[in-house]
Amino acid sequence: MTHPIPPGTRDILPDEMRELRRLRAALIEAFEAAGYGEVATPTIEYHDVLARGDVRGAPAAYRFFDERGELLAMRPDMTIPIARLVAGRFAATEPPFRFCYVGNAYRAIRPQRGQMREFMQAGVELVGAPAPEGTVEVVEVLGAALDAAGLTRAVIGLGDADLYRQLLSELGVAEERRQAILDRLAAHDLVGLELEVSELGLADSDEQTLLRLPELRGGPEVLERARQLGGQAVDRAIARLAATYEAVVARGAAGRVRLDLGLLRDLGYYTGAILEVYDPALGHVLGGGGRYDQLMRRFGRPLPAAGFALHLERVHIAQAEEERLARETRP
Amino acid sequence: MRSAGVAGPTRAIGEGPLRLAVPGGALFEGTLDALDRIGFDTARVRAESRALMFDLGELVLVTMRPSDVPTYVEAGAADLGVTGKDVLMEQRDRVVYELLDLGYGACRMVLAGRVGDERLGESERRLGAMRIATKYPRVAERYFEDTGRQAEVIEVKGSVELAPAAGLADGIVDLVATGRTLSDNDLEVREEIARCTARLVANRVVHKLRAAEVDSLVERLREATR
Repeated sequence: MTHPIPPGTRDILPDEMRELRRLRAALIEAFEAAGYGEVATPTIEYHDVLARGDVRGAPAAYRFFDERGELLAMRPDMTIPIARLVAGRFAATEPPFRFCYVGNAYRAIRPQRGQMREFMQAGVELVGAPAPEGTVEVVEVLGAALDAAGLTRAVIGLGDADLYRQLLSELGVAEERRQAILDRLAAHDLVGLELEVSELGLADSDEQTLLRLPELRGGPEVLERARQLGGQAVDRAIARLAATYEAVVARGAAGRVRLDLGLLRDLGYYTGAILEVYDPALGHVLGGGGRYDQLMRRFGRPLPAAGFALHLERVHIAQAEEERLARETRP
Repeated sequence: MRSAGVAGPTRAIGEGPLRLAVPGGALFEGTLDALDRIGFDTARVRAESRALMFDLGELVLVTMRPSDVPTYVEAGAADLGVTGKDVLMEQRDRVVYELLDLGYGACRMVLAGRVGDERLGESERRLGAMRIATKYPRVAERYFEDTGRQAEVIEVKGSVELAPAAGLADGIVDLVATGRTLSDNDLEVREEIARCTARLVANRVVHKLRAAEVDSLVERLREATR
């Protein structure tokens, strides 16, 4: 007789659990070696605390009431709980703070999308280290984590959350039109983007800049190509990303990094550099992160911060695929 | 059990030719015509009706139902795909890059009712909601929500035109190319919801890791379908 479990959840049996445990241990070891101490926080938080972190109020959260009528929610990621922890438990301690975690997070997404509603995240938070040094450190730790997982071919996409918004403002696009355009880009709808941009009535060259810039992704040459597109407006919009990339190169951490001028992330708290992780063995994004320099302020401790989270289960699938590919190429 | 979207593809991204999902049905000819124009020979694809995969050298074609294209592309089982905007609207939570409007396969997503019949308005006024039969339940629900109206959306799998005549629904939301099917069934367009054409879509990871090849194909198709 079988009894159902909720959609988007699953049981994990010994063979998989053993491999997940090894992966988890390898990642924690890499994080600890870089100076990040492991923490755990409750899976449930007061809804107000989570909503304070993401101004859009964690739209996909599971919510329920406790016995006193307080509104609770399952954590949708680990970044906001750790921001709360730093503000509350380390109020009298000097920054920077370095924490890592492996834990479950929950999002009430549509189950048919093929993403689990309960999923494991492994990541780090670096609080109190400004850009670009803090960003570079996070990129380095992410690279070490991917090495520890054996994903030597994995790539880190590096973009900037404000780049396109700033470009729109540099080109004089009215405030009320900007959000619709950013929504198209966030939805990866380049056809819709072209439609929205063509309705702005801009000069042809500015229109081309807005359409071609988010398509630029690759090595350092994309910065030069971006500058050729749009002169000073583009120069100002990409200045911060260029500075971050230079700092990454200077620390010798650019091997895995690809610049991506069209990158946007869907969480509300990112402010500067943003990251996404890909592996050629898997069609899904393995994880991501970036800077959230305004988040700690909302918890009463204004500190710059950055971090990343990997989907542990997807990293595991990528590991298995990479091993299978290696077996097939040298039998 | 792991749901299909999370499981990996059975082959590595970045190796071999790009794999393009080609939709059967109304967009099939237009897609092959576009590929012919950028230098591929698709004669074999047109001739062999039973094979599903075709190696064209620089590109491997995989033929499938248009509504399966976003599923394959999201999972990375196909690198790129061609499908209708109607399919993308109905499956808007599939995370794929929509790269190019290919222009062919033009049609309209419409709300239609029976000619001279006032049941759409009457149901809304007296019963609080219109009954709408459709193969696109999510497009329909979203459209009525966006326009501030209530509708009871009834999903059917085939011959939507039958629903109003048989009394299942007051009207339909469906895709219309020439309008011939509508008029044959005594139906008329009441409202246009969207204009739909064929679109080129790409897997999110492929778009990043094989950027040069993807961009080159997009540019050639953009020129050829302009």
